[in-house]
Amino acid sequence: MAEIFLACGLCVVLVVDLFVSDRNRDLTFSLALIVLIGTAWISWTTGHAGQVLTFGGSFVSDPLAQLLKIFSIAAVFVSFLYSRDYLKQRNIFKGEYYVLGLFALLGIMVMISAYSMMTMYLGLEMMSLALYAMIAFDRESPVSGEAAMKYFILGAIASGTLLYGISFIYGVTGSLQIGEISAALTAGAMNETSLLIGLAFVLVGIAFKFGAVPFHMWLPDVYHGAPTSVTLFVGTAPKLAAIALAVRILVEALGSVGHLWEPMLLVLAVLSLAVGNIVAIAQTNIKRMLAYSTIGHVGFILLGFVAGSHAGVEAALFYTIVYILMAAGAFGMVILMSSNGHDADRLDDFRGLGRRSPWFAAMMLLLMVSMIGVPPLAGFYAKWWVLTALVNSGHVWPAVVAVLFSVIGAFYYLRVIRLMYFDDAEGEAGAPVAGGWLMRTVLSANALGVLALGILPGGLLEMCARALSG
Amino acid sequence: MAHSRREQLNMSGILSTLIWLPVLGGLLVLAAGRWSTDNRREGLAYWLAISTAVATFVISLPLFTQFDTSTASMQFVERAPWIQVFKVEYFLGVDGLSMPLILLTTFLTPLVLLAAKNVIKDRPAQYLAAFLILEGLMIGVFSALDALLFYVFWEAMLIPMFVIIGVWGGERRIYATLKFFLYTFLGSVFMLVALIYLYLQAGSYSILDFHDLPLSQVEQTWIFLAFLAAFAVKVPMWPVHTWLPDAHVEAPTGGSVILAAVLLKMGGYGFIRFSLPITPDASRSLDLLMIGLSLVAVVYIGFVALAQKDMKKLIAYSSIAHMGFVILGFFIVWKILARTGVTDGAVMGMTGAMVQMISHGLISGALFFSIGVMYDRMHSRQIADYGGVINTMPKFAALIVFFALANAGLPGTSGFVGEFLVILAAFRADFWYAFFAATTLVLGAGYTLWMIKRVIFGAVANEKVAQLTDLNGREFFVLAVLAVFILGLGLWPAPLVDVLSASVEHLVNHITQSKL
Repeated sequence: MAEIFLACGLCVVLVVDLFVSDRNRDLTFSLALIVLIGTAWISWTTGHAGQVLTFGGSFVSDPLAQLLKIFSIAAVFVSFLYSRDYLKQRNIFKGEYYVLGLFALLGIMVMISAYSMMTMYLGLEMMSLALYAMIAFDRESPVSGEAAMKYFILGAIASGTLLYGISFIYGVTGSLQIGEISAALTAGAMNETSLLIGLAFVLVGIAFKFGAVPFHMWLPDVYHGAPTSVTLFVGTAPKLAAIALAVRILVEALGSVGHLWEPMLLVLAVLSLAVGNIVAIAQTNIKRMLAYSTIGHVGFILLGFVAGSHAGVEAALFYTIVYILMAAGAFGMVILMSSNGHDADRLDDFRGLGRRSPWFAAMMLLLMVSMIGVPPLAGFYAKWWVLTALVNSGHVWPAVVAVLFSVIGAFYYLRVIRLMYFDDAEGEAGAPVAGGWLMRTVLSANALGVLALGILPGGLLEMCARALSG
Repeated sequence: MAHSRREQLNMSGILSTLIWLPVLGGLLVLAAGRWSTDNRREGLAYWLAISTAVATFVISLPLFTQFDTSTASMQFVERAPWIQVFKVEYFLGVDGLSMPLILLTTFLTPLVLLAAKNVIKDRPAQYLAAFLILEGLMIGVFSALDALLFYVFWEAMLIPMFVIIGVWGGERRIYATLKFFLYTFLGSVFMLVALIYLYLQAGSYSILDFHDLPLSQVEQTWIFLAFLAAFAVKVPMWPVHTWLPDAHVEAPTGGSVILAAVLLKMGGYGFIRFSLPITPDASRSLDLLMIGLSLVAVVYIGFVALAQKDMKKLIAYSSIAHMGFVILGFFIVWKILARTGVTDGAVMGMTGAMVQMISHGLISGALFFSIGVMYDRMHSRQIADYGGVINTMPKFAALIVFFALANAGLPGTSGFVGEFLVILAAFRADFWYAFFAATTLVLGAGYTLWMIKRVIFGAVANEKVAQLTDLNGREFFVLAVLAVFILGLGLWPAPLVDVLSASVEHLVNHITQSKL
């Protein structure tokens, strides 16, 4: 199985790294990439059309898991590519970074395939612990330390809440296994109060992992404080884990009591849309702005679940994949801008980019416009599918609210474009962006990918649609 | 439908070419501009852009020459699956309503590019590329028969337009372009929700399927209002017109031309392609609202135009008033029918509205070009800075006076045909509609000619005016071509009316039958 290969591979990386001098650290880097490619290949070839359970029913292999795994591996792969130059310039190009990254990926993959609440929790912790360490990776930086601390404490509370909720659900249904919980709930005659309490706690845990309002407080600080390459990591693959968590618990286990969690989720979604999009307007730091934008996007993703239908969940899945593609590009852009040593994470650093580096300004333009949700870019189809699912399930008003907030959100994305194209750089910041060929290629491919996916979205749409129907 | 698709298969490809050739050309121009730090290479980008635009125009001519005026069904149809999971198709086609608008687009774009030579000095290749890409997207809007494809083009257009106003605009360009983007985006998202709803009801995104979809009165009303949000902003109708004067004033000349000549027409086109045929009953029950708003636009905005000190702003307000006419022509259908019992008058009103759209595209484009000519020399749009231009620019003065008269609806120009038909139709509906609509003849003449008097005639006002040079060959060509078409359409509107007639009649018959 892919997870076993990954675990072995990361041990090899860890051991090899011990014997590699700082100058040859690229060896660790390449090895980590090879492990990723191998893992992806195994996940690709060992997929099942139907659902296969192993380890006493606590581990599942199905099309959804396969899709999510491949995309999380891809996300980690891309974030590794982005990180190399960034870390080198800051003298933190260490093997541990990649080992931790692989550990986090292992956690993510375990979460994705978990079919029992316990396995899920283990995966979650494995991912989180690796992430805490990665955020604090730049030991010299006090901001990073603070961010890691915040994430650690809040994350621990959220994990505790999740666990508490799980225990309630266990109490009500007598099982931790997703399929058995679902069967027990369908059979009926439950203590609804206990179920409701358990559900609420589980939901808090999920909302925390997504960063939905009002459990979003960690997100801007972590995104801001972490080294940008780590922000990119945190902002991409773990979102896929969160969606796996949500699908397994809410849809597959608790799907039959949808009427209980849908209203709660609706409130979270609308709040996230509102807070994310409005507060983002006031930000001057692009990493914080993107953090709030994430919260806004999470609102949209949750709305997919609110729709309560298969189509809704598929839409949420598609949205998440598209979102991580856009977020990887946007944070990659910040990394690229920071290539000359100092962290170019203020919005003002983008001033006059259209004149300094027309190509990369155009790439950023594509990414921002995609985040607004303007066709023909991928972001549009994500919003469109969620809206379709919402309208189809009779939630016309949430759909209208969602589009209204996406108009408000348009403002701050447009501000980035405005800074790049309409304003000129002041002072010494008028140099074109530096950055190695690797960064340049990956970023261009990433942004053009968003465009290509916008012109021909059919393939990925179909993939997502098939992932859940299997 | 099936029948016409078969007979038109040999023609397929032309609409796609019209959409993608300018887009590809635009990308090439961008690439050419990338290596052009010196002026010689800039020439390459320029040459490439012009030839793409001219080629597009030439390719678009068969749309007119091979157009079958006897049928209202879609022609030059192209149909291929695009997003199969959602039955979204790449479905293109034109009828008499959209074909003239496509020709208008392909006709004006080369002129816009031509007028940019030596005028746009900052990043010229990007400017040209933005217009070419915009052209392709605009043609896409007019030819898309799949609602999602339509929406994609409709929204994608915002991106180049946002950049055009924001980069090459006047002093308050950033405010103007943000306002433009957010206004139109806000309107469009409601339309998106409505389109999704229609898709779920109809099971496909084909606009033609939407036309035949039965809907209850309540559904129709909501959908109508959602469409109204999108199209009213684009037209723009009073009271959501406030973005237009800002955008117009701050946009570069080419931007103003395209905005007035083509982009505003998309609102009108939206009404006849979506609102009227998809929600006829809601349109009928809300027609008083629409007539009221359009009369307010005609009369009130006419007075507002009278008070303007900035030439571009004046023409911008004049555009709003003229578009009010178009909306009036579309929505008096039921009043005429109720009064006369036959659809003749309604067909006349709608034909008038369509002619008015094309004619206004030419005239307002020409006026913005003219103001651009003056602005390039004086760097001022204030009426007060001018006076006696005729003494130094006689050729120019002759042309701008002609355009002004056309704008005021002088018989013999295209401006007259549309307004006259709409007023005539309005008489059949209600005397007072016609009365208020006809005030435009007075007001329009008032504000346009008064501006001309102050700018063109009289004694030379100041030193700067005294040093003006007359039109160069390129400018003269652009304005003269427009003048020829305005005059031609005014004297002999038959070809345009022929193209329109079958489709307009079909539309009127369709919308006067209740869907309930």
